[in-house]
Amino acid sequence: MDNNLILDIENLVVRFETDDGTVRAVNGLNLQLEKGHAVGLVGETGAGKTTTALSILRLVPDPPGVVECEKLLLDGQDIINMPIKDLEKIRGKDVSMIFQDPMTALNPVFTVGEQIAESIFLHEDVSKAEAYKRALDMLELVGIPAERANEYPHQFSGGMKQRVIIAIALACHPKLLIADEPTTALDVTIQAQMLDLIRSLREKYSTSLIMITHDLGIVAEICDEVAVMYAGNVIEKGTLEDVFNRTKHPYTEGLFNSIPNLNDRKVMLTPIKGFTPDPTNLPPGCAFEPRCPYACENCLKEQKDIYISDTHFVRCSRYEEDGFSIDRKEIQ
Amino acid sequence: MDENLLEVKNLKKYFRTKHGTVHAVDDVSFTIKKGKTLGLVGESGCGKTTTGRAILRLTEPTSGQIIFNGRDICTLSKRELKKARRDMQLVFQDPYSSLDPRKTVSQIIAEPIKANKLIKGKEQIDERVNSLMQTVGLAPRLFNTYPHELDGGRRQRVGIARALAMEPHFIVCDEPVSALDVSIQAQILNLLKTLQAEMGLTFIFITHDLSVVNHFSDDIAVMYLGKIVEMAPSEELFSNPRHPYTQALLSAIPVPDLSAKRERIIIKGEIVSPIDPPDECRFYKRCSYACDACRKTPQLEEVCPGHFVACNRLEELGNLNTVK
Repeated sequence: MDNNLILDIENLVVRFETDDGTVRAVNGLNLQLEKGHAVGLVGETGAGKTTTALSILRLVPDPPGVVECEKLLLDGQDIINMPIKDLEKIRGKDVSMIFQDPMTALNPVFTVGEQIAESIFLHEDVSKAEAYKRALDMLELVGIPAERANEYPHQFSGGMKQRVIIAIALACHPKLLIADEPTTALDVTIQAQMLDLIRSLREKYSTSLIMITHDLGIVAEICDEVAVMYAGNVIEKGTLEDVFNRTKHPYTEGLFNSIPNLNDRKVMLTPIKGFTPDPTNLPPGCAFEPRCPYACENCLKEQKDIYISDTHFVRCSRYEEDGFSIDRKEIQ
Repeated sequence: MDENLLEVKNLKKYFRTKHGTVHAVDDVSFTIKKGKTLGLVGESGCGKTTTGRAILRLTEPTSGQIIFNGRDICTLSKRELKKARRDMQLVFQDPYSSLDPRKTVSQIIAEPIKANKLIKGKEQIDERVNSLMQTVGLAPRLFNTYPHELDGGRRQRVGIARALAMEPHFIVCDEPVSALDVSIQAQILNLLKTLQAEMGLTFIFITHDLSVVNHFSDDIAVMYLGKIVEMAPSEELFSNPRHPYTQALLSAIPVPDLSAKRERIIIKGEIVSPIDPPDECRFYKRCSYACDACRKTPQLEEVCPGHFVACNRLEELGNLNTVK
């Protein structure tokens, strides 16, 4: 029935068992992504965005990490029970990841051409020479002259390094690309170049995309859907229109109100009060309850996903009440 | 009322390296009125931080004048400078590395008070630290905590309290919110705005985030490779950007609003080297409007009151933009 899903996660739990207690990074997360779609995973530091992404690749360090879930299917294949040998065939081929920091993600002692060719050589049945030739094509594709293939990462600027990383990630035309804050370390004009590049390559290869970011602006630019994360859970998910124009969760509302508005600079910002909860000591029930302006007693019980429409769900028990709604100040 | 608190004239800061001279800040001039905020925007390496530091003489300017409260900071002796600096403080970008990990919050905030012998007696100092902590919204229980126990937002509040300890009139904020999450960022921005209203502070606000600078500043100066390319009141700059670089920069901001899909200008290439730049517009190699006329350094010209642009093709482009 779900042949159309590139990714199907049900009830994902990741915790890190450390000497100082158990860090509950991801707590019963559900996420589905249709083939060819792009979802933005939004949230603040410590919301569990990167941990979720690493779980999909089974790269969560173990120990101290413990990953449990009911279902983790990537294009129909069960990732969670897969032997390491098979996993290695999938990583970089079916699913690849772009990391946040282009300065440290490349190996300093190999040329960029070799690093792109390595991924092709490992996954496709080609000779080394053929792989290198395809690496040159990839470089050209991401806008770097092929002559620079025999240069080392330190000879490239941040934006150029990120282009190389994108080239490595897309070298084997993965079905799913996970981009973990790919532009956070870059300047705005370079960020614009990168987003443009990712968008055009995604169209070319019809790759599905998980874009991890804290910038709702980037999500609006490049994604079809948004999943907002808080304390290890997706607390609201829907299409761009659902989440941006019909915001349901109080935390999502708080996020929007925290962003300076380009068109109205006189208003004071309305920040969310308080701080993100300590993942070793999460509050019972809704993790946002202590900071939420709409909190009531019911928020202390366990939360369920409540579907507003086919595409839009929110994890907030107040929507069980009739007539509860949030009116976000409209951005003019 | 409308007097200038700070006037920077032809400020230059060059660094000599073995590859040549880096023109980090090259002939920058601006003024800030009392109680106002000037936003200094630009990308990495454009010289905004160096400008901020040179104003406090934390790096010695190569040449130029910095007139603060009627006195040229550059000509002050060491002792006079120490006195003058009480009035001008700095809030740093990274709240993780700008606080001494071996000192408690109260020691950090008290340090400038002790160093300048502003208040004597332990009790009086503690009292002052407590009131500063209250001003910036730090709970009294954090008095004896160490920086590593605090999150980024609270650390930045400690940095702000430390800057306020000397009761300065002028604070250079160097990317004070870039290391923070949006919800915390909003708290700190609101705090700085409230402090400004209450204490009549004057700010230089250095950032690469254009939506933040628009929210926060009265005037904005856009820097590119050591030069100011455009300077205007915030609303004017955002509604009527004239320099091709400013236009591209503004169009590159991702906006979290679905109705605002716009044509985006993508500038080709990357920032070029600031080492011994030739006599041409610094944006020449990346500008889509570049022509032969751009092969000399443009000067800032006033296009309408308070709005300055440095572009050799200003008149032609002005017409182009109105046609479009």
